Amino acid sequence: MTLSKRKKMMSLTGILMLLAIFLLPMTGYISTGFANENEQQAKITNPKSDYWRLVRGNEKGYSAVKGRETNELIQGSGQNWRALRNGPVATYGSWMIGLTLAVLALFYLWRGKVELTHPRTGETVERWSVKERRIHWVTAILFIILAVTGMSLLYGRLVLIPVFGHHGFSAYAEIAKWAHNLLGPLFMVGLLSMIINWFKYNYLNKIDLQWFKDFGGMIGDKHPSAEKLNGGEKMWFWSLTVIGIALCLTGLVLDFPNFDQEREVIQISHLTHVITALVLTSFALGHIYIGTIGTEGALEGMVTGKVDTAWAEQHHDLWMKELRQSEDSKSG
Amino acid sequence: MARMKFLCDEERCIECNACVTACKNEHEVPWGVNRRRVVTMDDGLPGEKSISVACMHCTDAPCQAVCPVDCFYTTDDGVVLHDKDMCIGCGYCLYACPFGAPQYPQEGAFGARGKMDKCTFCGGGPEEDHSHEELEKYGRNRLAEGKLPLCAEMCSTKALIAGDGDIVSDLFRNRVIRRQGRQETWGWDTAYQD
Ligand code: SF4
Ligand code: SF4
Repeated sequence: MTLSKRKKMMSLTGILMLLAIFLLPMTGYISTGFANENEQQAKITNPKSDYWRLVRGNEKGYSAVKGRETNELIQGSGQNWRALRNGPVATYGSWMIGLTLAVLALFYLWRGKVELTHPRTGETVERWSVKERRIHWVTAILFIILAVTGMSLLYGRLVLIPVFGHHGFSAYAEIAKWAHNLLGPLFMVGLLSMIINWFKYNYLNKIDLQWFKDFGGMIGDKHPSAEKLNGGEKMWFWSLTVIGIALCLTGLVLDFPNFDQEREVIQISHLTHVITALVLTSFALGHIYIGTIGTEGALEGMVTGKVDTAWAEQHHDLWMKELRQSEDSKSG
Repeated sequence: MARMKFLCDEERCIECNACVTACKNEHEVPWGVNRRRVVTMDDGLPGEKSISVACMHCTDAPCQAVCPVDCFYTTDDGVVLHDKDMCIGCGYCLYACPFGAPQYPQEGAFGARGKMDKCTFCGGGPEEDHSHEELEKYGRNRLAEGKLPLCAEMCSTKALIAGDGDIVSDLFRNRVIRRQGRQETWGWDTAYQD
């Protein structure tokens, strides 16, 4: 055997050995290949558990009974809705309304009516036109009816059934439901015309910030400046716009079941509706307080449309100045 | 005292809808209302399974908890019934019920809901037993006649069983032990090789 031949042999065995080193461990895959087949057999699932898996995954099936969600065996979200509505929403909602009333009562005892600092001049200026007043009062009355009937559905079982009895309350609740469902869309019209008509008075600016820093003159003796609408009124406007529109839209979802909304949509809408309604109701209580017993001379503006110049001077000085200027330019 | 329960055996239900039809006929339920329905999963595929469902007469019933006029009551037999004279058709019980049991005949425009209707476990309502009012509002009162719900009586494969919970579970347990075919001890094949 020549040297070159031996070298060739050696390198050949070397290559073979290397190949073996790499390939032999891979034979493991042959056996795991068989194992995979076994696993696949195990993967054929139990149709019975599959059924429940699909059901609990809110999967829709088939039902010969046609209708909204009849092909869904179980909807789990109803329990959440129940727990939230009967629990935190009802509880904290009543706390919020109760606290608002308590704070207003205490405030009245402490501060009393915000009276006019200067005697009435007897001279009046127009603050709200007939059209504006009509929109205000129609929307306001609708709001009160809707708030009372709506809260009757949420709290009536707790508060009113003990008073009127089951049948008595049910008779009232039936009317309340119809009133709520029919007047709701009307309120929406009122709210929208309010937003459209008063949008122009409600741009927020630095004057309003200062107004809030001085607590609107309700605490302390300052008389912060204000335009036709002060910072507080503007905030009330924007709350009505944002929260009110959410309230109306969710109300529509609940009011018209004929569009086959699914229960989950209804549940979310209902919770939003209740929360926004309770928030607006407690804001409205503040608004009613300030507009009636809280401030001397405020209510007559919305009733007669006219306010005394002394009142206008005290509460809406910039607006009054504007009025005077336009008057001057007219007469001049 | 018996605690009435429904049970539907998905290994047996063949989705014939006889229970649905029997119920509709027995109680003359209004158009658009079905107190019972059959839901099939994987319809038309291998492994398809069906279950017949109606009001399950829950303990701590969600419908009862949310009804604003509190018109539900649970009988001594554990059957959840309601008073249609008080119901205002608000829909809350439907929102809360896991099984979509409460149904509403349409009353007026825009899908306004009438008085809620649901499975009574063939137990009528608060009216006097076998009275005309009871029949009109809630359907037949078979429990008062000493009979069990018709849907289960009609079930040809006895997939749907109704009655005293103890007896129902005894029946089902016996059935499971004797059942041929697919094992009920699912997973044992994988866990134990010998
Ligand atoms: S209506 Fe629904 S929530 Fe009420 S008892 Fe029947 S299954 Fe339960
Ligand atoms: S629809 Fe009738 S039974 Fe159902 S929650 Fe409303 S009032 Fe009660």
